Amino acid sequence: MQNTLVEQNSPPVDLKPRMSLAWVGKAFLIALSLLIVYLLGTNLAKNPSLFANIILSGLQMGFVYAMIALGYTMVYGIVKLINFAHGDVFMVGAFVSYYLVYRFNFQNWPALFFPDMPPMVVVVIGTISVIIIAMIVCVLLATTIERVAYKPLRNAPRIAALITAIGVSFFLEFFGALNFVFSPRFIPYTRPFEVVAWYIDGSGIHSIVAGTQPPANAITFSNIFLIIMIVSILVQIFLQFLVKQTKMGIAMRAVSYDKPTARLMGINVDQVISFTFAIGAAFAGLGGVLYAIAYSSINTQMGILPGLKAFVAAVLGGIGSIPGAFVGALIMGQAEALTMGFISTPMRDAVAFAILIIVLLVRPTGIFGEPENEKA
Amino acid sequence: MLLDVKNLNVYYGAIHALQGISFHIEEGEIVSLIGANGAGKSTTLRTISGILRPRSGSVHFKGEDITTTPAEQIVRRGISHVPEGRKIFAPLTVRENLEMGAYTRDDPDEIQKSMDRVFVSFPRLKERLNQLGGTLSGGEQQMLATGRGMMSKPSLILLDEPSMGLSPILVEEIFNIIKEINSQGTSILLVEQNALMALSISNRAYVLETGRIVLEGNADDIKNNPQVKSAYLGI
Repeated sequence: MQNTLVEQNSPPVDLKPRMSLAWVGKAFLIALSLLIVYLLGTNLAKNPSLFANIILSGLQMGFVYAMIALGYTMVYGIVKLINFAHGDVFMVGAFVSYYLVYRFNFQNWPALFFPDMPPMVVVVIGTISVIIIAMIVCVLLATTIERVAYKPLRNAPRIAALITAIGVSFFLEFFGALNFVFSPRFIPYTRPFEVVAWYIDGSGIHSIVAGTQPPANAITFSNIFLIIMIVSILVQIFLQFLVKQTKMGIAMRAVSYDKPTARLMGINVDQVISFTFAIGAAFAGLGGVLYAIAYSSINTQMGILPGLKAFVAAVLGGIGSIPGAFVGALIMGQAEALTMGFISTPMRDAVAFAILIIVLLVRPTGIFGEPENEKA
Repeated sequence: MLLDVKNLNVYYGAIHALQGISFHIEEGEIVSLIGANGAGKSTTLRTISGILRPRSGSVHFKGEDITTTPAEQIVRRGISHVPEGRKIFAPLTVRENLEMGAYTRDDPDEIQKSMDRVFVSFPRLKERLNQLGGTLSGGEQQMLATGRGMMSKPSLILLDEPSMGLSPILVEEIFNIIKEINSQGTSILLVEQNALMALSISNRAYVLETGRIVLEGNADDIKNNPQVKSAYLGI
């Protein structure tokens, strides 16, 4: 408030210093991109198979981020709220599946009822049931959060809801860290099925025998990588269909654009908003389970960094845009994997947030974003 | 009596926007609310459709009290509000806008019938079916807003400034269509600054001045009232 007053009273701004600053910024960005191209080019030439493996691990991360980023971008699109508790919903999804698998051996339930079922089918049905229960719990959690914490603030200034979102996020993390809840420890995750890896070399695809190393120059991938990729793409297609083709999806876009007029159409705005939170939470939960299976260690703080990076991905793609979140997430995955592979592992987070800063400086609307039009 | 508004008081913060307004609409009528900017015409419509809550007074529709019914429920009762400034959903296509107008209805065949009826009134919309609402011209947007308002099969349409920003030829066209919609059995509450045009198609009219009704009567009587002539008709 005070800033605007000062600006109004100050003499007309001289544009020249700003122009030269913009030039410096552009030169910096060009230099940075040249450096990145050089780094990638030399490393690709040096060891193509290592490069390919890094790209694959980046894809795996990117596809997980995509499932989280969708929730950020959809909720932002409809209520203009960065739901910082979203990453913690992801964490809860992972924990629910952990308890189902580790404590209750729930992934084996089909075998109890249908003893003749082939083990492969048991695992598939069992794992899908684990995932569905985790998703349902996440949906219930997110809609409860929405009703208790965000809905009363719907007409409050946006910053109030944002601060509340951060509060909810901390609450979930530290409530989860209590000993009688999830405990603050890093917990080794019990997978509902075995992770199997394969490698590709000149002579075709071979499975990797446990305890042995694949030959150098081979490209390796695992079943969980394939699952994450396929599921993430299916989620993307499903959401495109939902938003473009269904009555609920069109209503979501109408509510996002103009709430009072949406009400005049007979659309129950609160219901549409809850539905949006629910969809986002379901896919965060799904992402949480797949992430835990892939990286096999869980903790109540595990949602923070993936959540923030998915948020960066959503901003990079253009917040509010569903394809944007997907593309942004894939770029984030690559940026992180390439940093880990060719610079250093601890740099990964620094690079992720450097991307956020650069996007906000250079193109705040993101790749697919349109300039925000503030309506009266 | 289709709509019965009694002693409505509406505030914007400390501003007393509607100061005890009462009026009614009979089945099949076109009723106009005329008055200057800020007289409370749009506020009246927004209160009827449930976007605003009155501090006191009541709104009855088909004999039922809808004063505190939420906006999204009021559409289902049969009141459709075509808001001021058209309020087209710009990122939605023409078809999607019309589908949102029929949000309260479920039978796809019936919805298609209503859409075809809209196309009879506004053939232009059919040509633009897959275009985004935001890319339409002002006149086309007004057609879309009106068409969207017809999609819920209302028994009463509240029309807020349908002539705003349109060329005289388009205004004529829109008003002819309003008459036609009315002749098929839909009652209409029309809010207009273009008082002459509004009175020419209305059965009755109310004149609003700073939140009060100062004059009411048959459209013809109002048109010939010397005060109205000098204040609103520019004659």
